Amino acid sequence: MRWINKIPERPAAILLAALPFLAIFLAYAIASDIRLEANPQDKLLPAPSTIVETAQRLFTEPDRRSKEILLWNDTLASLGRLAAGVGIAATLSLAIGLAVGLLPYARSTLSSVIAVLSMVPPLALLPILFIVFGLGETSKIVLIVIGITPFMTRDLAQRVLEIPHEQIVKAQTLGASSAVIAMRVALPQVLPRLISNVRLSLGSAWLFLIAAEAVASNVGLGYRIFLVRRYLAMDVILTYVMWITVLAFLIDWLLKNLSRRAFPWMEAGL
Amino acid sequence: MSFVTVSNLWQRYGTRSILERVNVDIHEGEFISIVGASGCGKSTFLRMLLAQEQPYRGEIRIDGGTPAREPNLERGVVFQKYSVFPHLSVRDNLIAAESFNTPFGRLSRNARKAAGRRADDMLERIGLNHVAHQYPASLSGGMQQRLAIGQAMNAKPRILLLDEPFGALDPGTRLQMHDFLMELRDETNMTVFMVTHDLQEGFKLGDRVLVFDKPRWDPHDPGRYGATITYDFDARDGGIPFQMKEETDVSE
Ligand SMILES: Nc1ncnc2c1ncn2[C@@H]1O[C@H](COP(=O)(O)OP(=O)(O)OP(=O)(O)O)[C@@H](O)[C@H]1O
Ligand SMILES: [Mg+2]
Repeated sequence: MRWINKIPERPAAILLAALPFLAIFLAYAIASDIRLEANPQDKLLPAPSTIVETAQRLFTEPDRRSKEILLWNDTLASLGRLAAGVGIAATLSLAIGLAVGLLPYARSTLSSVIAVLSMVPPLALLPILFIVFGLGETSKIVLIVIGITPFMTRDLAQRVLEIPHEQIVKAQTLGASSAVIAMRVALPQVLPRLISNVRLSLGSAWLFLIAAEAVASNVGLGYRIFLVRRYLAMDVILTYVMWITVLAFLIDWLLKNLSRRAFPWMEAGL
Repeated sequence: MSFVTVSNLWQRYGTRSILERVNVDIHEGEFISIVGASGCGKSTFLRMLLAQEQPYRGEIRIDGGTPAREPNLERGVVFQKYSVFPHLSVRDNLIAAESFNTPFGRLSRNARKAAGRRADDMLERIGLNHVAHQYPASLSGGMQQRLAIGQAMNAKPRILLLDEPFGALDPGTRLQMHDFLMELRDETNMTVFMVTHDLQEGFKLGDRVLVFDKPRWDPHDPGRYGATITYDFDARDGGIPFQMKEETDVSE
């Protein structure tokens, strides 16, 4: 039988999925062991047990000075910025995408400028943002917005254009105005796409968030990682990295389920 | 008295002529079948009846009114596919025929109830009450077209335009759809234009069958001349040609 036709059974499939994780863990554990054997003071690859201890401490023990648990503060601050940035970007891209997709005048005016703007590397704008908006929350949120809005807008506009023209004509024969066509025909059909766009953009959003926090901040997951880097606190960094991964995974999972629940018509044909 | 008046209609895309000198008068309540070779401009003619595009020359008037510049409530349409809204349930698709004609596309609670009752009546008529709450994608092709026709009728258009509405259906379903359409028509006496590739279907359903073809043909430049109505058959009793359209055009 050809390899393309060989499909793993259920238990084998799960085992296969777990294999890479195990391999990574083992490789790390062995490498860490070798280094610690040579030099017990080594900080580069802390033992897995050390990381677990550190994680426990970070999640539960309050800071000596501020009496607050820093990790939760960092998490709240970062998630707040992420939500604000992604929320604003999603709203903007939806409004502009609908306009560009439905209105020839908006398309003529905006489509080239969006195409050019989406080529600007957002991180290169970071200094400008800090100068214009200061070092506070605004500049970080704006960076996320600038970073992901053009891509989402282009995709949503494209999606609106892909709605069969027959539907748009049909709506007109039912007496629908431009606004009603936007709200009742186009919007519901691109909302699922908006969610999948948000899922795709979250990776970049995290990148921009951590970059902005690393440069100027006093709280936040990215800020903490770059702060403890000075002490070579690999155990803290690794804990934070894993925590960010878990958060990203959870958000993605939530969005996926939201999409499935909110748009039952998407799966009606399957 | 002519209800739909098509006078000296031309259409061209770039330098390609698609239709030329189309003249026809339609009476209220007539069922017009439109046939012709693929690519001869039948859908183009329908799009102009729909006011989805403007003629190059000439005009179309309904009941003597001013020619429309965009699709509106006067014209209902059913395409071969994509005529219903995939994100609305079957029942909501019918209610949309009333709610879309409001400023926000939504009805007040009482109006919605009334529209819901009318939708239920229509569901009964088109035989879809057992799937009222399903989404169109889960319906068969015939059911989707029945829904599309019901939806168009619910908006009470003055003319109904059908572009190969049964083109994608199997022969059995097609026959059922014929019965369904004839019933609906007997009840409403609506003026219908239907493009079809099936001559038999055209003669069976239509009161008149219009044949589109190119009367002139330039072998060096096929896009030079457009198609027009070359035959206009009376299809009520077996289809005897009662006029050669081309001749009347030349004499005018
Ligand atoms: N928007 C357009 N721009 C340029 N050419 C077009 C446009 N719409 C249609 N045409 C051309 O006009 C001709 C007639 O098209 P139309 O769709 O009306 O044919 P039809 O008779 O409906 O054919 P079919 O039976 O295959 O549906 C075709 O050659 C088509 O390529
Ligand atoms: Mg056609």
